[in-house]
Amino acid sequence: MKKNIPLVKLNNSGVLREKKWLVKGISLEIYREQIVTLIGPNGSGKTTTAKIILKIIEPNEGKVELNTKKIAYVPQKINIDWAIPLRVIDFMNITSKLNVSSIMDNLKLTGVDHLLYKDLINLSGGEFQRVMIARAIAKRPELLILDEPVQGVDFNGEIKLYNLIKNISNNLKCGILLISHDIHFVMSSTDHVLCLNGHVCCSGTPQDVAKNPSYIELFGEQAASSIALYKHNHDHTHNQDGSIKT
Amino acid sequence: MRALIAGIGMAIVAGPLGCFVIWRRLAYFGDTLAHSGLLGVTLGFVLNIDLSFSVFVISGIIALLLLVLQKKTKLAGDSLLGLLAHSSLAIGLVIIAILTTIRFDLMGLLLGDILSVSMNDILIIWIGGGILLLVLFFIWKSLFAATISYDLAKAEKMSPEISNYIFTILLAGIIAISIKMIGVLLITGLLLIPPAMSRNFSNSPTKMVIFSIIGGTFSVILGLYCSLYLNTPSGPSIIVAAMMLFILSLFFKKGLNIVN
Repeated sequence: MKKNIPLVKLNNSGVLREKKWLVKGISLEIYREQIVTLIGPNGSGKTTTAKIILKIIEPNEGKVELNTKKIAYVPQKINIDWAIPLRVIDFMNITSKLNVSSIMDNLKLTGVDHLLYKDLINLSGGEFQRVMIARAIAKRPELLILDEPVQGVDFNGEIKLYNLIKNISNNLKCGILLISHDIHFVMSSTDHVLCLNGHVCCSGTPQDVAKNPSYIELFGEQAASSIALYKHNHDHTHNQDGSIKT
Repeated sequence: MRALIAGIGMAIVAGPLGCFVIWRRLAYFGDTLAHSGLLGVTLGFVLNIDLSFSVFVISGIIALLLLVLQKKTKLAGDSLLGLLAHSSLAIGLVIIAILTTIRFDLMGLLLGDILSVSMNDILIIWIGGGILLLVLFFIWKSLFAATISYDLAKAEKMSPEISNYIFTILLAGIIAISIKMIGVLLITGLLLIPPAMSRNFSNSPTKMVIFSIIGGTFSVILGLYCSLYLNTPSGPSIIVAAMMLFILSLFFKKGLNIVN
């Protein structure tokens, strides 16, 4: 596929529910090797926008142009009923057919290979997110959509996960749509930020958006000054248990 | 002997389907379809067509009606299920009362009757059941993904809505083939109890399905044996046996926890 064709293109899309527009006039494009971040307050339609792209929700106006079939999705939350005995190894294969060694390889990428035979319901929030991301990248997608991937993850875990996402984009050459309500933490590696509040408030590079008056109005001065601040380098990394790696 | 062959066939089909009923929290849904089965039986008598077939058609219609009503009304799911379950059961009972000319074994329909199992019924159970399992096998992956997360399955092109519809029809199918053996009132028990037991010592979906089949088969053998020697109705006997296995499994689970 040529690089100048977007993986997905939304043109003026809107979703109407119970006589109310959940989102309206959303236009966006995601290209290969690009990371697009959606930010916005709760209920601003970030997840709805993702679901339009994923064709889970049919938009009431506008259209979706999807130019890839290799899509992987990390939803915001999955509640696994106790009645379903589901180990990590079973979960990794719910939409794909992988052998154990390739499952292990992908779990290693997100640092949770030791959980292979653990029950999914016994995992911590952070472990569960890592398993979800491992499952998604195991599909070798061209378009990866991550809905709040760092929720339930502690601060250091967050940094690692964001680095991981950046690596995924570099290694898999896929387009990534990242949803975050954590405005203080939009990555420096994000190529394009869309700020949503039922509609596209403003968009552009993280630096551009931070300076935009409507962004400042929505999130306040402090948020504006802290956007894309995450540029510092660590002089050390941690093991899973928190000790410093030597 | 005929009853045993029919019963074992029934348990083998009920195991995997029952697992999905538990996983998807469809216990009451299964009950509704089973209740509508009585209406199916009476209509089968009125129109003089095969009973399994008429039960399958009526349960299927009720299931689809439910899916439509869920979108049209704002009534809560369980109320809607109760409405359909008891309406169809009541209509069935009213028709039975009107049909005084036909000799009707109502208790047999409600509680199951092994003596009524014919060679024809065995064929229906094994061939019909075989088809149900084959279809389930083909939609397994998609249905399981949809059970874990509809959105995920939809996003990753597993066509969850189609497998959801097909599964509903499969449920109507198992009810149709087992209504004679176990009766309208207790079919859901056969669907639910063996998988509930099986969950206590399974750590993967496949194991849970296998143990449900084994548990269901044991319940049928034990239940029919009692039914024969104690002259009790077959349906309740099978369910009591299943329940006892479930209680045993709780102790087994406790033992497992202590060992760990």
